[in-house]
Order: sequence, then structure tokens, then C-alpha cells
Amino acid sequence: MRYSGLRVIKEALTGHRGWKPAWRNPEPQKDYDFVIIGAGGHGLATAYYLARHYGKKRIAVLEKGWIGGGNVGRNTTIVRSNYLLDGNEPFYEYSLKLWEGLEQELNYNAMVSQRGILNLIHNDAQRDAFIRRGNAMILNGADAEMLSVDQIRREYPFLNFDNARFPITGGLAQRRGGTVRHDAVAWGYARAADSLGVDIIQNCEVTGFRIENGTCKGVETARGFIGAGKVASCVAGSSSHLMAKANMRLPIESTVLQAFVSEGLKPVMPGVLTFGAGHFYCSQSDKGGLVFGGDPDRYNTYAQRGNLPAIEDVCESGMALVPAIGRARLLRIWGGNVDMSMDGSPIIDRTDIGGLYFNGGWCYGGFKATPASGMCYAHLLATDTPHEVAQAYRFDRFRRGNMIDEKGMGPQPNAH
Amino acid sequence: MTQPNRLSGGRIDTGTALTFSFDGVDYQGHPGDTLASALLANGVRLMGRSFKYHRPRGPLTSGSEEPNALVQLRTGARQEPNTRATTAELFDGLTAASQNRWPSLRFDALAINDRFSNFLTAGFYYKTFMWPATFWEKLYEPVIRRAAGLGSLTLQEDPDVYDKGFRHCDLLVIGSGPAGLSAALTAGRAGADVILVEEDFLFGGRLNAETYGLTDTSTQGWVAMVMSELESLPNVRCMSRTTLYGVFDHGIYGALERVSDHVAVPADGKPRQILWRIYARRAVLCAGAIERPIAFENNDRPGIMMAGAMRAYANRWAVTPARTVAVFTNNDDGHRTAVDLMAKGVGVAAVIDTREDAPKIAGCEILAGAQVIDTSGRLGLSSIKVRRADGKVQTISCGALGVSGGWNPNVHLTCHQRGRPVWNEAIAAFVPGGDGPPGLGVAGAANGAFSTAAALASGSTQALAALDDIGIKGRAIDLPRAEDAPLRISAYWHVPGGKGRGWLDQQNDVTVKDVKLAHQENFRSVEHLKRYTTLGMATDQGKTSNMGGLAIMAELTGKPIPEVGTTIYRPPYVPVAIAALGGRARGAHFHPTRKTPSHDWAAQRGATFVETGNWLRAQWFPVAGETSWRESVDREVRAVRGSVGVCDVTTLGKIDIQGTDGAVFLNRVYANAFAKLAVGKTRYGLMLREDGIAMDDGTTARLAEDHFVMTTTTANALAVYRHLEFARQCLWPDLDVQLISTTEAWAQYAVAGPNSRAVLHKIVDPEFSIDNESFPFMACGEITVCGGLRARLFRISFSGELAFEIAVPTRYGDALMRRIMDAGEEFNICPYGTEALGVMRIEKGHAAGNELNGTTTALNLGMGRMVSKKKDSIGSTASEREGLNRPDALRLVGIKPTDSSAKITAGAHLMNSEGPVDAAHDQGYVTSAAYSPVLNSAIGLAFLKDGANRMGETMRLVSPVTNDNTTVEVVSAHFVDPEGGRLRA
Amino acid sequence: MIIHHPLLGPRDAQEFTFLGAATLIERPDWQAEDAQEQFHDYLHLRDNPAGEHRELWFHETGDRSWLVVTRNTLTHEITNVEMARDVARQKGRSK
Repeated sequence: MRYSGLRVIKEALTGHRGWKPAWRNPEPQKDYDFVIIGAGGHGLATAYYLARHYGKKRIAVLEKGWIGGGNVGRNTTIVRSNYLLDGNEPFYEYSLKLWEGLEQELNYNAMVSQRGILNLIHNDAQRDAFIRRGNAMILNGADAEMLSVDQIRREYPFLNFDNARFPITGGLAQRRGGTVRHDAVAWGYARAADSLGVDIIQNCEVTGFRIENGTCKGVETARGFIGAGKVASCVAGSSSHLMAKANMRLPIESTVLQAFVSEGLKPVMPGVLTFGAGHFYCSQSDKGGLVFGGDPDRYNTYAQRGNLPAIEDVCESGMALVPAIGRARLLRIWGGNVDMSMDGSPIIDRTDIGGLYFNGGWCYGGFKATPASGMCYAHLLATDTPHEVAQAYRFDRFRRGNMIDEKGMGPQPNAH
Repeated sequence: MTQPNRLSGGRIDTGTALTFSFDGVDYQGHPGDTLASALLANGVRLMGRSFKYHRPRGPLTSGSEEPNALVQLRTGARQEPNTRATTAELFDGLTAASQNRWPSLRFDALAINDRFSNFLTAGFYYKTFMWPATFWEKLYEPVIRRAAGLGSLTLQEDPDVYDKGFRHCDLLVIGSGPAGLSAALTAGRAGADVILVEEDFLFGGRLNAETYGLTDTSTQGWVAMVMSELESLPNVRCMSRTTLYGVFDHGIYGALERVSDHVAVPADGKPRQILWRIYARRAVLCAGAIERPIAFENNDRPGIMMAGAMRAYANRWAVTPARTVAVFTNNDDGHRTAVDLMAKGVGVAAVIDTREDAPKIAGCEILAGAQVIDTSGRLGLSSIKVRRADGKVQTISCGALGVSGGWNPNVHLTCHQRGRPVWNEAIAAFVPGGDGPPGLGVAGAANGAFSTAAALASGSTQALAALDDIGIKGRAIDLPRAEDAPLRISAYWHVPGGKGRGWLDQQNDVTVKDVKLAHQENFRSVEHLKRYTTLGMATDQGKTSNMGGLAIMAELTGKPIPEVGTTIYRPPYVPVAIAALGGRARGAHFHPTRKTPSHDWAAQRGATFVETGNWLRAQWFPVAGETSWRESVDREVRAVRGSVGVCDVTTLGKIDIQGTDGAVFLNRVYANAFAKLAVGKTRYGLMLREDGIAMDDGTTARLAEDHFVMTTTTANALAVYRHLEFARQCLWPDLDVQLISTTEAWAQYAVAGPNSRAVLHKIVDPEFSIDNESFPFMACGEITVCGGLRARLFRISFSGELAFEIAVPTRYGDALMRRIMDAGEEFNICPYGTEALGVMRIEKGHAAGNELNGTTTALNLGMGRMVSKKKDSIGSTASEREGLNRPDALRLVGIKPTDSSAKITAGAHLMNSEGPVDAAHDQGYVTSAAYSPVLNSAIGLAFLKDGANRMGETMRLVSPVTNDNTTVEVVSAHFVDPEGGRLRA
Repeated sequence: MIIHHPLLGPRDAQEFTFLGAATLIERPDWQAEDAQEQFHDYLHLRDNPAGEHRELWFHETGDRSWLVVTRNTLTHEITNVEMARDVARQKGRSK
């Protein structure tokens, strides 16, 4: 069924009896051509593009819990393509372009809102680095703009310009950046994939892989064995845990990134803002909550919750930058398990096991990558060759010394 | 002024009148009132508007779980949005305003939304507003954003201060109702260190709101007696106005004390709030229970509230929301409200009980087996429509309705570590599942023990068990006799039938219909329900609403409630001001400020300072007549290259390395050879990470056979020290080597320029020769200066001139700087800052932070050959990977504009002189740029593909983000004195 | 979190800096035949278990000891804390 304003009106006048389920609850079949593990944003997008753009059929998405229950449902909703390195920027810019047409493509309003993202600058070295980055963005076809303090004052007059420990000296803006209603992304992809015949099977945890002679034949699940031509892991946050069942060790450690939302407030924050001298980024949701975050908790964890030092650090940074939010109240804290990779960049690649594919290592930046990750993974699954913009996201880059290290922190995952 | 709905009694001080205003109208209340109780006393039921439909709303509860009565409290810079009127303590002069309405609370234009509610159902926005695509940001979203949100921020800076504190205890008791008091008393008498926290400003919890409770003694008397004993015990600390907001790992609890929220302005020197971190060996959660509503049509009008809240208003605050009320219940507890209000002289029109076998109350009409099916009253309840057991519909006039759908144990804190509550059929509610945070016991109603007697007993039992766990012997205490009535309840969630809306989440306007729609569209898992409808996403985290939504979903799916699931709660228990979590780390105090010993001297010279990490460093020293920073910096550079200058380099990291294996150790942590460094010599060292990428560089001096002094960059001082300790303790634990950071112990100054030796001659004591022969380039030594002051001298040069670095104990830094300036006067010595330092190091092609950016190798830096292949050093093996050794690898080069007046932008990218300008044709980028007053030209350092073989090439330098486009020539990075003659002079 | 330092007793984890898996102690032999491969695995591959994890913490604002902490990554429960130097010796590391 097609969604539209007219449809909403018609249903409103007829008691909403016509709305159909957004997706089916299919029973798993014996086997599929493609089994995607994980009905998060990336897995659902993969299934959708595999069906829609690569014309594949007999696709299942297996989900341990509920659709969108992973990090697509627990992030700070930011989309942007302000990356520095050649291995990354084309990919994220492609993703941003897919976001720009997503709602019409999916017939689902995911509230893609390009209100802009602003990275603040506080010293000369940072300025040099952001100019380099802004140039890399433009040279890759993205948009970027250096802002003066006066320009920033006009857009964000309430920042701490006059009594700051680390004064604001400028900013790098990407006007096409912004936010997307995170849950709606999962639902939009799920609905669209389902309508193309993809079986999305919830409450169906994968408990093991059936590997014969170096080839993966399917997966053992809570609902029995499901055969597959190709099996695609897409469970960022739990990648190591899942792939260990195939005896793989990954270049990944898991930590938790906490995120925060305030009580609802009338609009104050026009776009997405990031502090360059502390760990704080912030936007305001359409509902009115300030959605903010900072750095991960740094230690390995799968607990999906964090501790006070990170919470206080984020709020200290927030108060240093935006003292005007002091009397607003923090409403809720949540934590998402994140796959921190060894260079801070993701992996979309085949594994050494035939028929077994891997997508993960998104660190805390996977949400913005959702459409491109899905498209590139679908491309890899359909063609067995990497997508043009995801060629660098290979397992062997560490062995070869081709790291994509945006932050320059080296193989210490929690530092990225 | 009269308070028409004020009753007699209560725990308020009617002898004192407090004046306050709400929406510009003045009212009076009394000490002990909350804003909500005082407004109700004045006959004001309408206190807010709902989020989506802007429906008129009054208080639903009398506590912090309040979803409706949210106001903007205070004015000006102290204005706070979304304050619950139900917990705001009344003070004289309190000013509050309603929010999320325009132009006024009574006439709200957006109440039009309510007329269109049929179009604005759950998730309608996901289905529309998609065409044309650009209209979302331009039209739809701005309209939605303006309509959304609750209260406003003034955007002024909060003038109040917030403190952080730390406390430790054996037993933390959370809540001071019957369970909490009995737990605290038990532990207090056992001699344990106890902290009792209470969210309210009165200790006693639900005992303050009830007429039933203790049977043989006065309830209030008992509370007073226990509190008096607890407060007299030196091992017990009682904290009121303190909310336990989060449970973190290993017995760390977050609490917020509202020190000054009950006064107009914090007293002098007092913070507004204190964020406590409580380290508790054990804790008992005695947080009581939260009453839940029943959904029926138009169940959201002002005047409709929880039955327990209505009773609390009457008993504790001597207030009734109306002179005639009714009660709608599915359990016996609702009946207590009718009894208590009748006792206070309030008319109870009827008790509508869903149960056929409802008990009787003398003098009150009981409608058993009946339901409330609709209500009337535009801005406040005027009547209810009841469907009686016989099917007949009856209208009953009343100004308020108390609703009780039963009580949910307050399990919130038990979920903070993702513990899941379990269903208890007997009380038709979820109780803590036993998988809560380790060390946190649960007692009383929070654990489903609803009677007063059960709460008292379980508080004591839990306290004893907790103490026993940690080896403290306690004894059961004598508890007073108390009511022990079982909760008789027949689960009842919503009144079926009818066409209207019955509210579940009153703040977010989620109705039974929305849940049905979510079910119809297959948003059936609890999380989908919540996210699709926004049920439970309001400022109360669904404390009063989640259960109803869950129960209705269970009904729709035909599953028992526990199979549908439960959503867990996340911290904080109640919202916490962001400023409180930020504490004092604001403004200039966000991070500590580190100053070098000669900071004051530099400030007296008028230096401009720059932040380098937490350090403040002199950036340049302007002199009279100079109009731009460039003028000052150029002068400083010329002075150093022409005569002599002095620069404070104290901030460099300094690590003292001692032990017989010092040289072996250094040889492993530096990529270049260090094993044979002679005593009295200094060497440049390049340190790699284990992955072969440059981590830091600096110099290390060998002062003695077993004594080395390492310097690191300012930025990496901590990380390098940590790394060295890792190497020492984890990789080579038996090397005889000891490390200590001495960054703070030594003040260090670079004295640079052709006359630097002449200046130092006047400082260094005569027995130490510093001529070129006895103290050549890269020499080091322990010396004395100024007549016996111990010092260290290094002949090293960042500027490329003849130069020394001289270090003295920190406390002499200021004096030494002044002495050097005096000694240098005859040479016109010039203090120089980090800018001139930067210019000169770029002129010399020395790498610094911009080049050591975490992705560069020794090869990139032109030091590939320094990495010794003959030894094992950290990073040497991984640096051999093919990707780090491509033939066209980036190499550090110098660049100069072909037009000497053109500027170079750091961060610009290099492109071939012909061909496209895009990422695919990128040749490299500029890391550092400066104006060289020596060369009278802009210069830059850049990483260029295969740069070593491209000297003399003309290239385009593009920086589209700054609109710069320059032609440059590739040159050696050593712009000045490439042979190094000057520094050896 | 609270870490029970073998020498100093219970300390708030905020005093420490976390590094990663304790396998970082087991630095390969640079002269091994397959040193490149060993260093690749050492540097990059992790068990990253959902459960018991041995990991390195540095007492940055304390006594500057490196500790090996055994901690459950699902519950954060700490079951053992050792001096990293002792662990390194147990692993056969010396000079």
C-alpha cells in the first residue's frame, strides 16, 4: 500500500481501518539464496537494495530481537559526509546522496532533515586540519564551508564565545548534513523490503554457521537450520560474538557509546553542532529534545549501558560550550554497543569462508552510512566484487598497511 | 485571599502565607505546599497543555512521575522549563508560567490539533510530508518544530553554581517510607554507616499521605521518632530533597540534592544543587509504588487524577481538587480515597468499581461492576458518564475523579543495569526480577509488599541481609503494629467500547486507539509500540503509562502480559539538570589551566597566550607600535636569527629514565639507534607506535651511564609516558629501568641565536665551559648557574641557530627567565613565543604536531633510513608493510609560491599543474605554513606523493574551502641553512 | 566502576586509562619466520568476548601501574586484578 497525504486523509475519515501491516511475520523457509543476519538499518537496507536494485529474490533477514533493535534504534540520528580520507569520503558522500532521495524511494517519511552540521574550531592546528578536510570533501564532490566566528554567532548566538576555556575560532560547516528519524529508517527499509518479498524473521537468533569444506551452507537458528546460498553477517555491535561461531577473530573490539536526550524544549538548536575542545555534539529533535553525546566509555563492553565518568564528561563539555542548556534536564541516557575497528573505519568484505560475508566495524558512525552500506553490501553479495565506493573496506588492509585512520589513533579501537 | 479548596489539617503551616504567581495571577499558599497543591487549593485545576493535541491538563499525580502539570518556573536567567508543579516546593515570591500554549493557557490556538486528531494518529507523519522532497526542511519541519517542544530556555547563562560531592557508606537506603525508615533504623542501630536519601522535602514517604498505616500508635509520631533517632546517630546521614537518579557499576550511585530549589535565590555561597556520587557497599531500594490509571474516554481532563494522589492532596496538603469528587477503581485502595475525602468533608458522589464484588463504604454510593465511559468539562471536569452493572448509563456531576488501576512497584532503579522485572499475577504488576544491580536489595512496595506491615518488615529484613553480606551484625528492631490489608485487585486496563479516545500517555497524547493502530500495522513488539506511538517517551519515561499500553497490546495479540514483554527504564530516574552533571567545569574552569613558572613574567611583558592542551603558552610578545601579530612574529624571528632570543619550552614533556638498562630500553622504544649514545650527548629520537606510524619525536640526553632525560612534544607528554610504562612493565618487565615524569619539576628555556652562547656565558657558572669545543652541538650536561643553582644544559636547536636549552628546578624558572633577559640586554635579547618558534621550525623543515598526525611514517617524514633494521624496536616490524612503503608514498617537502607575495594555506591540496582538480588527482596536502621573514616569502611544509623526486616541480595549490588557488614550487623542506652550519657554530 | 588495585585497594576506574586486551603483553618475536603475520594478528585481531575479558588498565592518576583486570563485558563484574608486570613474567617475558 502506498503512503500519501491523501491516504492519511482517507483513512482518517474511514476510521483507519485500511492501514495494512508495515511488514509480514513470515515463517522461515527451508532455504534462501541470501540470508542476512541482523534486521538493523544496514541489514534491512542490504536486503532492500539486493531485491530492488540487484533484482535478487529468495532473501531472508534474520533478527535476534525486533526490527531496528540494534544501533539504528539507539544513536544520535546524525547524517553527514565530512570525512577526510579518500577511503571514506566517497562512500559517505554516496550515502548522503542516497539519504537525499530515500523517502521518495521508500515511500516512507524518515524525516531526512538537512539542517546542517557545524564542527567548531578552537586552535590553529585544528583549523589547518579542518581546511584540509573541507578541501577533501569538496574535491570529492561534497559541500563544505569554513565559517568565521561572526557567522557562527549569527547562527548559534548562545554558544560560549566570551568566557570560554578554549575559545571558538571558527568552524567547518556541511550544510547538507543533518539528522534523520532513526527508527523510521529501519521501518522504511523493512516495509519496502517486505513488499519486495523479503522475509524478515524476528525473534530468530542465529546460533551457529553450518560450514562444510570451507563453505558456509546456512545458519543454525533458534527456529532451526536455514540453508543459504550466501550468508551475510550484518550485526555491528555484536560482530565478534557472531563471527566467533565461524571461528573468526576480527579486528574489532566492542565498547559502548552513551547518548542522551533532554526533556522537550521549544526550538533552540538549528542544526547539528560539535565541540572541538571537548566531547560533545548536539542537535535538537523535531519533538524538541536536545539529543547529544560525546565519546565512548573506552572500555570493552557488551552491556549496552555506561558509567558516570563518560556521562559527566559529556555534560561538562556541553556546559562549557552551551551554558544556556544548564537548566534543561537530561531525560534519558542509553547506550549502544559499537564495533570499534582497528583504524576507525568499517569492513564490507568477503571472508575466507566461502559464501560467508561480513559487514561491520562501523564504530560509532554507522547510522549515517546505512544507505550506502546497504547498497555496497548488496553489490558485494550480488556480484562478488566490491562496490566502487567501498573498495577500501577490506579485511586485508591491516595486513597490507592500507589503514583508513581518520583520527590517526592507530590500532587502539577505543581511541577512535 | 481565600483558598476555596483548602481543607483542614495537613502537613502545611497554615499560620504562614506565601504569595506566588501563576500565569501572572497572584495566589497564596503555605509552607509545605507544592505549586500543584497550592494551585489546587486556589481552585486552579488547569495547569498545562498536552504535547500534541494541546488538550487542557491538570495534575495527574502528586509526585515526580507527573506527566501533565509541567510549568516554567522562575523568570530571567533562572527560568527552568518543564518543572513538575507536583514537586516544586512553594516559596514566597515563586513565579510560574504555563507552557506549550499560545496565546494563553485557557485559549490555546493549537488546541485546533485536537479537532484534527483523527488525522494526527500514531505515526501519521511517516506516511506523508514527502512531496516535494525539499519542502520538508523548508515548510513541514519548521512548522512541526515550532509546534513541538514543551517549555523554553531563555538562552541566558545560568547564574547558579552546581557542586559535585562524593560519599561512602555501608548501606544506602533509597526512600524513607515505612520500608526505608525501618531499613535505616535497623542498619543505624547496628552501627553501620548509613545514608538515607529521600526525594521529597519531608521524610516519611507514603506515610505522610495516608490516614491508615500504624494501628497502635500515631503514624506521624512514629515517623518523627524514627527520624529523630536517625538524625542523632553519628553513623547515619539523612538527605532529603535528594533523588537517587542512577545506579552504576560496583555500587556507585548517582544522587542529586536540590539544595536551593525551595528558595527564591540560593543563599550566599550555596550551590543550587549537588550531584553526589555515593559509593555504597550495599543498598536497599525502598522507592514505593506508583499508581496507574485506567483508560477511558476523555480520561485526561483537569480534575481527573490518580486516586492515591487525590488522597495525598487531601491528607498531606489539606487540599481537594473539587468540592465534589468521585472515584473510579478496580481495587480496594481506591476506596481509601473515598473514605479519607469524606472524612475531610468533601462530597464523594460515587465510587465506581469495576469489580462486581466491590466492598461497601458507609455513607457512600458504590457502583459495583460499573465503569466510567466518558467525561465532560472543557477546561476542567464537570461530570462523568458511568455505565452501571445493569448497563444503564448515568451521568454524575463532580469536579474531580480519582482513578486507581492498581499500583506498580517502582522498579525503575532495578532496571538501570538492564535487569528485567517479572510479572506478579497476585498484584497484577511487574516486580523486580532479581537480576537488578548487584548489591541492591528491594524492600516494601517497590518489591510488591504493599501493606504497611509488610513494608516495615521487609525493610528491616533487607537491611539485615545486606549487613550480613558485608560482615556487620545487626538485630531485628521492634516494629510498630501496622495495617496489613492485602491488595484486592482485579486487573482492569481500559474501558472498552465507545468512539472517543482514552488516554494512556497523557503528555505525549497516546491513546488506546494509537495502540490499536500500532497493532494493526504490526508494530507489536513492546519496543515498536513505544517508538511508533511515542508511548512512554515523555518526561516521565512512562511511569504511569507503559503498563496500560502493554496490557492493551497483550489483549490485542491474545498473549499474556509477560509474554508481550516489558520495557526497561534507563537512567536518570527523574530528569537531572544538565548543569548539575556539568558541575563547576564551566566557562574558564572547563579544564584546568596549566601555567609555566615564567607565565607571570610573560604576562607582564604583554604576551598574547595560546592554549596548548591545558597549558597556556606565550604566542608572541607585541611591543609598542606593532599593529599586527605578523609584525611581532617577524621581529621575533629576525631577532633570533640576527642576535639572540629566549623561549619558554617548559611545557615539553620530560621523562627521567634511570637504570643500568636505560640505553637498551631507549633503543627499543625509539626507531633509531640509541644503544651507543655517549654520556654527555643528546640525540634526536623518533618514536613509532607498534603499527609503524610515528607517535612522537623529541630528544634524549644521556647525563650518566644509567641516567637519561627524554623530552616529548607538549601534546604527547602523557601518552608517551604511558606508552613507556607499558613497554617497561608489560613487554620487558625485567629490564633495570625506572621512569618518572618530571615535566612539572623543571622549567626549561631555549636560548637561541648567534649570541646565545655569549648570553649564557653570563649565566652559567665559570667552572663549566660551554665553548664549541667542550660543549659542541648535541652536548648535554649537569651544570650550575647563577652561582650554584643546579641546572641542566642541552645544546639542541629547534630554530636551526646556535642554541641551548637550559633547565632549572621549577621554582627558579621565573628568576632564571629574568636573569637571562638581563644578561641578554646588551645583545637586544628578544623573548619569542610559539609563533616565531613555529616559523623557524618550518624554515628548518622540522616536523611538529601537524606533521605527526597519526598517519605518517618515518618514510613520509624523510626519516625512513633512520629506522634501524638491525634491532627490534617498537614499530619496526609493522613499518615494513607494503602499504606504508609504496614507491609513490607521501614525502615531506617544502613549497614556495612562485609569486612571493602569494600566501600558502595550511590544509590546501597539491595538484599537478595540468589536469583535473579533484580527489582522484590529489597529490598531497600542506601540513604547515608560515611567512618567512628571512626569505620574504610564504613557505610551507607538505606531504607530496613521491615528493623526494619532485624537487623544482611547479604545482597548483588549491583550497576550495577557503577560495585559495596558488602556484607553488616544490623545494627542500630545509629552507634556511640546509647544511646546518649555524647550529654547529 | 571500582578496580581493586593489588597494592592500593579499591580505586575508582576513573583514575585509570584503559588500553585493551591483555594479549598486548604477548608481543611477538621480531625475528620469527612469520613475524609480519604474527605482528598483524597481535596488533589487530581480538577475541573480543561477550563475557570474561582480560584487559589492561593504567593507573594514570595513581601509581602508574599497569594492571591486568579480569572483567565480564556483559555485567562489568571484576573477578581478578593483577599487576601486569607479574602477568608478563608469567608469560615468560623478561628483558
